[in-house]
Amino acid sequence: MEGIPLYAYLLLSALLFAIGTVGVLIKRNPIIIFMCIELMLNAANLSFLAFAKYHSAPLAAGSLEQWQVHMTGQMAVVFVMAVAAAEVAVGLGIIMAIFRLRHDVDIDEMSTMRG
Amino acid sequence: MTLTTFAFLVMAVVLVLSAWGVVVAKSPVRSALSLVVNFFVLAFLYFGMNYDLLGISQILVYTGLIMMLFLFCILLLNLGAPDTLFEPSLIKRSLAWFVGGVLVLAVSSQVIGPMATWSTSTPTAPEGFGQAASVGQSLFTGWVYGFEIASVLLLVGIVGSILVAKRRD
Amino acid sequence: MLSFLSAVEANSGDTIGWALLRIGIVLGVVLGIVPGLIWWERRLLSWFQDRIGPNRVGPFGLLQPIADGVKLFFKEDITPATVDRLLYFLAPAIALFPAFTIWAVLPWGPDRRLTPIADVDVGVLYILAISSLGVYGLFLGGWASNNKYSLLGGLRSAAQMVSYELAMGVALGCVILATGSLRLTEVVQQQFEPLWGTVPWMQNWFILTPWGFVAGVIFLITMVAETNRAPFDLPEAESELISGFHTEYSSMKFAVFFMGEYATMFAFSGIFAALFLGGWSPLPFNWEFLAQRATDANLPWLASALSFVGGPIAAPLWMLGKMFGGITFYIWLRATLPRLRYDQLMTLGWKYLLPIAALNFVVVAIWMQFGWAALFGALAVLFLLYINVVLYVSRRRPKDTVPKVQFANPPASTEATIEVTRS
Repeated sequence: MEGIPLYAYLLLSALLFAIGTVGVLIKRNPIIIFMCIELMLNAANLSFLAFAKYHSAPLAAGSLEQWQVHMTGQMAVVFVMAVAAAEVAVGLGIIMAIFRLRHDVDIDEMSTMRG
Repeated sequence: MTLTTFAFLVMAVVLVLSAWGVVVAKSPVRSALSLVVNFFVLAFLYFGMNYDLLGISQILVYTGLIMMLFLFCILLLNLGAPDTLFEPSLIKRSLAWFVGGVLVLAVSSQVIGPMATWSTSTPTAPEGFGQAASVGQSLFTGWVYGFEIASVLLLVGIVGSILVAKRRD
Repeated sequence: MLSFLSAVEANSGDTIGWALLRIGIVLGVVLGIVPGLIWWERRLLSWFQDRIGPNRVGPFGLLQPIADGVKLFFKEDITPATVDRLLYFLAPAIALFPAFTIWAVLPWGPDRRLTPIADVDVGVLYILAISSLGVYGLFLGGWASNNKYSLLGGLRSAAQMVSYELAMGVALGCVILATGSLRLTEVVQQQFEPLWGTVPWMQNWFILTPWGFVAGVIFLITMVAETNRAPFDLPEAESELISGFHTEYSSMKFAVFFMGEYATMFAFSGIFAALFLGGWSPLPFNWEFLAQRATDANLPWLASALSFVGGPIAAPLWMLGKMFGGITFYIWLRATLPRLRYDQLMTLGWKYLLPIAALNFVVVAIWMQFGWAALFGALAVLFLLYINVVLYVSRRRPKDTVPKVQFANPPASTEATIEVTRS
């Protein structure tokens, strides 16, 4: 994708992130809220990758340090993916457990732990 | 308009529309499918930026496994019917969309706007930096501690999800 | 140190014309052979069951698939009233998509201009990713049909695919670890090395190495599960679910589901051949070495014959032959094994295949890093530990109190699916 400016990616990422935020705000189904969080994570990933592609800092040429600086964005995305996978496994497990307990998953009703 | 610009625009439009679909769809299954489309197209955006490994991991991890888990969960809880949950009132919804719009405007004017002047459209990353070999190389040299911590996190995630999902009777 | 910076190599046939030709070859072969596979399955299955099978249309019934296709094409296309129309319409197309895209990285021969369509850097991961997309068509078909049996079929296919995807990934990981490359062409090339590094006249097919044999068997089982074929055809179990996810489908939509299934089977046979069976080499012999020997022995005709057998012209034929063998294996399995129960399926996937594959992965890692001696040492220590644990457990709990059948405690998901059907 030569010729696409960096800010186009960033704008797209901001749009996706904002839509994810709106979803978290207005949805009452925890699974969909969860999906919107995944959407926000992916928007952040897109920013990371766009920055890594178009704006990785040039250091001393050819050294290992420079190489690792170039890879920082991708490493962040790898870890975001790992964290998202763990999060989904535990989060969906929790939602299933709550459903089994209450037979209802409306997030506004989950207030039994409120003091 | 060059071919790449056109491709980017198409992907961007599909991404935004499918993300919007996640929020507005009435049935959770439709939401999840919309998100599947979103993640799938996002992978192609990564391919376009020469991120071979991350693009394919995006398809494998997000569309292949995570979204499948979501769909499975939705069907298992029988949330497929649209009328299982009530939507919040119109005022709340419009307020949320307003907040979202403000977020986009603020970020684009204050953060991305100034960048438009100093960032060009020529990539500065070196050749072959998105390939499996280079990602693996740096994952196992510079970021090996993070990698190990992530693996421990995944292990804890496995154990935790088994414990949470287990029946206690 | 940074040699991988320049690892991007130019594909010799990197023009749009060659690319279209490659796509055309694959599409033509797949679309042309899938009906033949259906004929072969019906004939072979009848042979297994001691009957004749379709033999009326054309010689040996060869035109039967065409007659079936025409029949399906002219049948009434029923859309039930309560289906989700959009998804019901889209599901067969989504099922067909991975069945054809998975062919993109499969090499058929040594000529890089003709095959594979895209020799990508992440070929093995591509296969995993695309095959994991295969479940969406089935799942959506099951959900959009708005039918309890179809929904159960879709749920089963989702659970099955996700479970077996893991073991398949780890089995592929062994291959990746041993070859040090994700490129399928590179994996095939590595199998043309001398066997075990010592036998010069044979090729190092991974199925002939100890770790490769284990990984190959696991891959074989998981690939049958991934394609939803007997004995893993729970998503479409006729006797329980009335063919599951495609109960409501008729006419061409049904045919498209069917075609996707066969194309995927065919593709997976090819992938198995490329990963474990030495790709486009007919037998595990080093053909160049043998041809050289024949020349030395003053037998020029034998030398030219040997180099033709191992050469680029015959290569696609051997590859096709291996795929055909894979399909025959699929049919053989279907004719022989009864369908697994759901809990047996999950037990096999999670308690046997995944741990064995993971252990195999560790074995490959130790072997690659420290050699055979360290590997045997580590295995001996593991074995002793295992014996100790077994002794400890058996001494602590007398045998008669241990319940013999472990299946009395089915996974939580089956009970929850029953709730779905009840509500």
